[in-house]
Amino acid sequence: MEIITPYDKIPRSLLRGSSLPIIQVENLVKKFGNITAVDDISFEVEEGTIFGFLGPNGAGKTTTINILCTLLSPTSGRTLIAGHDCISESSEVRKAIGIVFQDTTLDKDLTAYENLIFHAYLYNVPKSEMKKRVDDALKFVDLYDRKDDLVKKFSGGMKRRLEVARGLIHRPRVLFLDEPTLGLDPQSRTNLWEFITTLPEKHNVTIFMTTHYMEEAEVCDRIAVIDNGKIIAIDSPEELKKIVGGDVVSITTTDNVHVRKEIETVFKMGVSEKNDELYMTCTRGDTCIPELIRTLGERVLSVRIQRPTLNDVFLKLTGKTIREEETSGSDSVRESIRAYRRRH
Amino acid sequence: MELNAVYVIVAREFKKFIREKSRLFSAIARPLLWLFIVGAGISRLVPHETGVPYTQFIFPGIIGMTILFSSIFSSISIIWDKEFGFMKEILVAPVSRFSIVIGKALSGTILSTIQALIILALFPVLGFKLGLLQILEIILICVSLSFCISAFGIVIATFYDSYESFSVIMNFIIMPMFFLSGAMYPVKLLPDILRILAKLNPLTYGIDIMKHVLFPDAPGNMGPDISVMTSIAVIIFTSILFVVIAGKLFERKG
Repeated sequence: MEIITPYDKIPRSLLRGSSLPIIQVENLVKKFGNITAVDDISFEVEEGTIFGFLGPNGAGKTTTINILCTLLSPTSGRTLIAGHDCISESSEVRKAIGIVFQDTTLDKDLTAYENLIFHAYLYNVPKSEMKKRVDDALKFVDLYDRKDDLVKKFSGGMKRRLEVARGLIHRPRVLFLDEPTLGLDPQSRTNLWEFITTLPEKHNVTIFMTTHYMEEAEVCDRIAVIDNGKIIAIDSPEELKKIVGGDVVSITTTDNVHVRKEIETVFKMGVSEKNDELYMTCTRGDTCIPELIRTLGERVLSVRIQRPTLNDVFLKLTGKTIREEETSGSDSVRESIRAYRRRH
Repeated sequence: MELNAVYVIVAREFKKFIREKSRLFSAIARPLLWLFIVGAGISRLVPHETGVPYTQFIFPGIIGMTILFSSIFSSISIIWDKEFGFMKEILVAPVSRFSIVIGKALSGTILSTIQALIILALFPVLGFKLGLLQILEIILICVSLSFCISAFGIVIATFYDSYESFSVIMNFIIMPMFFLSGAMYPVKLLPDILRILAKLNPLTYGIDIMKHVLFPDAPGNMGPDISVMTSIAVIIFTSILFVVIAGKLFERKG
């Protein structure tokens, strides 16, 4: 028997901003021996949005996902999905979620179709709907022509798409994507993102994703920046970028010395000069530029605007770039956690 | 218990088994080697007056061996599933751990019963004259013994995460279980310590019931030496025990 939640019938636009968050996390802590992987984090995710967990490897992203997916018990704290407790009502939580793990979890010796049918049985999809749902899912990810091929013949991007399709077959309310583009070539990555951003609208699903690629996190409605097991900032990408202080506008002029003075007095902005260019930080570069040109007139020769990236945000918040972190201690944290889990 | 999940777990194993023909061939080759080469060799050492020809004596043991290998191999595919990630797909599904264990145990049961029956079909070659009832009895024994050993295999599989452990399982679990089961020589002739170990091995009981069916009146040491009732009780009891333990071990979380 399939239970159709009333949410299926409600347009997503109405759900957006509705009062009950689909994911609630309160004071979550997870320790592996003396390693604290997740250090007292709290956040909420609204239904129908794309929520991103951004941080370097070993920051605690996958551990948090595993707890939310009921694969791991927290040391302390509370996690609710669709109002169900991840520990005491794990079965209800499992029905409400779909997951695409970091490493593929397909059976490579089965065909694409068989992998999805397996999933449909496992989630008790009604027999009468099974075939149609699987076919639709395969068409949706553009793999219908390859449905009878063994998965081991698929490329990395195809596998990932198949996994997303599989994760949607039982019509979950939340779809977890753990580093969904890891190991994919740039083109497959772009394709996958275009596809993922259509999911909330087309499938009435909330996306919870993790990534350590800054540019990928930009598709999120809200982002939690996580480092060393703690959330250090949580907001929309636009708001997060404001932490950096806005856009950097640089101009070249016919007379840098006078123009610089004029800008400092008229606009009350700090200006610096480098390589014959004048630099200033505006909260909104797009409105700042026309004003500059109106004031300075023909003395302006060229204008350049640099939008802050999430990389700048991470740098500002932690004092390090995410790539630096990647090569330092984080891999050893992951190794220690693995070794710990093997022993217990 | 979720029947759909149990069904699909069994169907997956069955489909993969059918697809891998080489697996079936090697699974059948092993007992044939023991039966016709090792058995033929050792039979020259065994005096004829013992009542049962040696190649007939080891027949139930070889059926038991077929079940032992195929059941444990089937169950430890769980380790492969863990290694290649597929187990996560099953573990995050809204399915009880008990259903997963039952599904895996039934997969092993079906696959090893099929293989055991292929070996059983050789009975005329070895000079046995079996009636329909006896054949049915042996099939029943094969099914229950396969279930028991498969469930045991699942318990083993929960302790390992990578296939590097395969040789450990082979050398320290499968081979000792085979040699201490009364398959190749009667348990009652073993030294005390080995006899005690053999009595702790569920395979011993399965093979002993088959001896009851195949040569109940064999004189001397060759015949069965445990009562049928005891053996049935042991197999049922240990099956339940292994399923419960496996279910509990699956429930563990980090």
